[in-house]
Amino acid sequence: MKLKLPNPGLDDRIPSHTELEELQAGDRPQWDNKAQYMLTCVGFCVGLGNIWRFPYLCQSHGGGAFMIPFLLLLVLEGIPLLHLEFAVGQRLRKGSIGVWRSINPYLTGVGIASMLCSFVVGMYYNTIMAWVMWYFFNSFQDPLPWSQCPINDNKTGFVSECARSSPVDYFWYRETLNISTKIEDSGGLQWWMVLCLIAAWVVLWVCCIRGIETTGKAVYITSTLPYVVLTIFLIRGLTLKGSVSGIVYLFTPDVDELMNPSTWLDAGAQVLFSFSLAFGGLISFSSYNPVHNHCEKDAVIISIINGLTSIYSATVIYSIIGFRATEKYDDCLARNIMSLLNTFDLPEGNITESNYDEVFRTLNSTNPETIQRLNLTSCDMKTFLSEGVEGTGLAFIVFTEAITKMPISPLWSVLFFIMLFCLGLSTMFGNIEGCVVPLQDLNILPRTWPKEVFTGLTCLGSCLIALIFVQCSGNYWLALFDGFAASIPLLVIAFCEIIAVVYVYGIDRFNEDLKFMVGHKPNIFWQATWRVLSPLILLVILVFYFITTVSKKLTYIVWDPESPVFPTLAQVTYPDWISGIIFILAGIPCLAIPGVALFMFISKRCCKKDRHYMEESLNTISDKVPVSVATSD
Amino acid sequence: MWTVWTVWMVWMVCLVPTTSEALCTEDDGYKVRLSIKTALGGDAYEWNESEMFFFKATLAFAMRTYSGGEQYDVSNILVCDETLRVSFVFVVTKPSNTSELVPRTEVENAIKKSRHRINSAFLLTDQTLDFVGINPTLAAPIQYDTPPWLIAFGVVMGLVCAGIVALLVSTFLNKKRSKKSADEEEAGRGNGILCESIRGKDGLFNQGLVDDDRLTKL
Repeated sequence: MKLKLPNPGLDDRIPSHTELEELQAGDRPQWDNKAQYMLTCVGFCVGLGNIWRFPYLCQSHGGGAFMIPFLLLLVLEGIPLLHLEFAVGQRLRKGSIGVWRSINPYLTGVGIASMLCSFVVGMYYNTIMAWVMWYFFNSFQDPLPWSQCPINDNKTGFVSECARSSPVDYFWYRETLNISTKIEDSGGLQWWMVLCLIAAWVVLWVCCIRGIETTGKAVYITSTLPYVVLTIFLIRGLTLKGSVSGIVYLFTPDVDELMNPSTWLDAGAQVLFSFSLAFGGLISFSSYNPVHNHCEKDAVIISIINGLTSIYSATVIYSIIGFRATEKYDDCLARNIMSLLNTFDLPEGNITESNYDEVFRTLNSTNPETIQRLNLTSCDMKTFLSEGVEGTGLAFIVFTEAITKMPISPLWSVLFFIMLFCLGLSTMFGNIEGCVVPLQDLNILPRTWPKEVFTGLTCLGSCLIALIFVQCSGNYWLALFDGFAASIPLLVIAFCEIIAVVYVYGIDRFNEDLKFMVGHKPNIFWQATWRVLSPLILLVILVFYFITTVSKKLTYIVWDPESPVFPTLAQVTYPDWISGIIFILAGIPCLAIPGVALFMFISKRCCKKDRHYMEESLNTISDKVPVSVATSD
Repeated sequence: MWTVWTVWMVWMVCLVPTTSEALCTEDDGYKVRLSIKTALGGDAYEWNESEMFFFKATLAFAMRTYSGGEQYDVSNILVCDETLRVSFVFVVTKPSNTSELVPRTEVENAIKKSRHRINSAFLLTDQTLDFVGINPTLAAPIQYDTPPWLIAFGVVMGLVCAGIVALLVSTFLNKKRSKKSADEEEAGRGNGILCESIRGKDGLFNQGLVDDDRLTKL
């Protein structure tokens, strides 16, 4: 397919092959070694989603059978897009705005949309880091504060909200978030959360203060420590009772789920979001590489590492969840047995776990009214295994509860939250890169200002706006942002990226570039996926995602002690003005793409008279003589 | 004489238990449940007469401690309704008058006061030695002067701020140093390009213009 959209002046905007060959470092940062680059990319891709989104998807979409759509879409969608971003960054040697502006000035909107997405996602992602830090700080005590309920004022019993739910729920919803009952009740800022938020942004700033010069050192720890901790937890988990039942539950295949289209949709979305594509960070990181870096190999290696990490962490998480479910089941059964023993005055040891059902049936047939009055809760392993195992609920409720049941709980708690913090921090490096470098490219602030100022201003600005998330209603705002700001815009940007490179830049020119950089033309797999398969898959996912988002009712779940379904979260409809907020979050990045194109078109038409030769694109070639001759029009 | 004595003995033997049975009801006393196997597992001891005697003695001790020395004895603790569960009902009679019961509230307070001692005597806990109706007083959670999380927060923030200061200072010093060396190299700057960067490219010394002066010196 030789479809190519007209694109005049491309050669003037991008460095030619000979220029790339003679390129010296200049003022563009460089990686100290290949390991830093790989660790940074792996850290950016491997994030909290691998820990708390993938295991849930795996378990809810047919266990082992979910591997099929996941791995298939990884190969057809993830790897090609990753290779594309790496190659584009390495070839054009700019951040996301610079790259799209070089390909065609009308596409600057793609870069701006990437920057906005990076900014918004970075803002709420670091709030989750603040929550992780809060739990980390609270792990340095024995017993852990979420292992027992606080006592009420007249010392007769536990606080009612805690007694009706559980100590972990209470610690999360009341002592951490101090959550309100609906999104309109802002409730004011929570001072302890503000402190943790400031801590999270300051730690981030110290790590990325000078760009990759500092993050390149930080990733040696933040990218490797999670794997160490996961292995420790795996070993610990496998020695606990009931862990294997969790792993079995996770991977038990249910092939019927493959017929369900939402399985494929979720797999595709997970692959895309898991690879942190369309944020612009990967393009930036790749642009600091030497010209002849083997980006094809890098893309494949990083994709494989990301996929394997997802599966590995799912195993670890579910071994611990299996342990927790078994403990809860045993507790439930022990309570029921004690109830029966007490009511019927039977000696201890008459009813055990093995003969419980039998004895229960006998007693039920002989004394049905007594049994009825006892109100025994039925104990079901499956319910315990499938409750609350996604998102913040997994990390802050389910896993913390499992930790309290292990011996030496503070140690496991510290390890777990350090791991979560490292995972999130390495992802934040990519987000900051995706914000700061476009900001520099846009020339809003003078270029002579040091990088520290850019990173500092970004961190400060994000921290101030993120104060929304540390109010009482903060968690509801975060869920809103997570649902709308990070899904549809990214799909749109990714789709535009691949269309831009293949059809505006030209797949032939791109193949030539890869031949120049890597040594051989990309083979038929890359051609097929770049030209047809990946854009098609992205389009299908985008359309379906859009339809499901637009057609679903605008509801959210709240923690309301007064509600009849407490302690289950109650479902409430959003207020009307939320649609405006959703439009701003999801619409503005998407509309930035055509909007900026239109703006550039109009400004070009009306300012044609006093247009000077644009010399910006040549600045990065440091030893090229700057042409300051004004061509008269 | 003998017959009178025998009749009296029989009457005593029959009556005393009935009298004590009449006193021992759940409404006037408390039901106790012991879950020895749950608490001790393999080390569980057998519940027998001696253990029951020990329990009565412990209760008598609790009553003595609460009442401040009144001579309660094992015989003042009456037990009935024993089951295989290991549960029974007990009442406490006054030492001065064995047919009068100590009020429930007094018994409750006495047990609450010595609860820990009673539990330890039997190697059980508040949950496994259950006095039905007497709720265990909850242990107050540990109160810290400074919450531990603030200490951890302070340590981390201190380290991070030290790091930021160090990095900013080193940037500033680097800038000063490079500015000094840049001033020294100002002479070597042509039209904005550092001489070093074009040194190897036939640009600094233009080989095209042959330096004839050296050769053509007459």
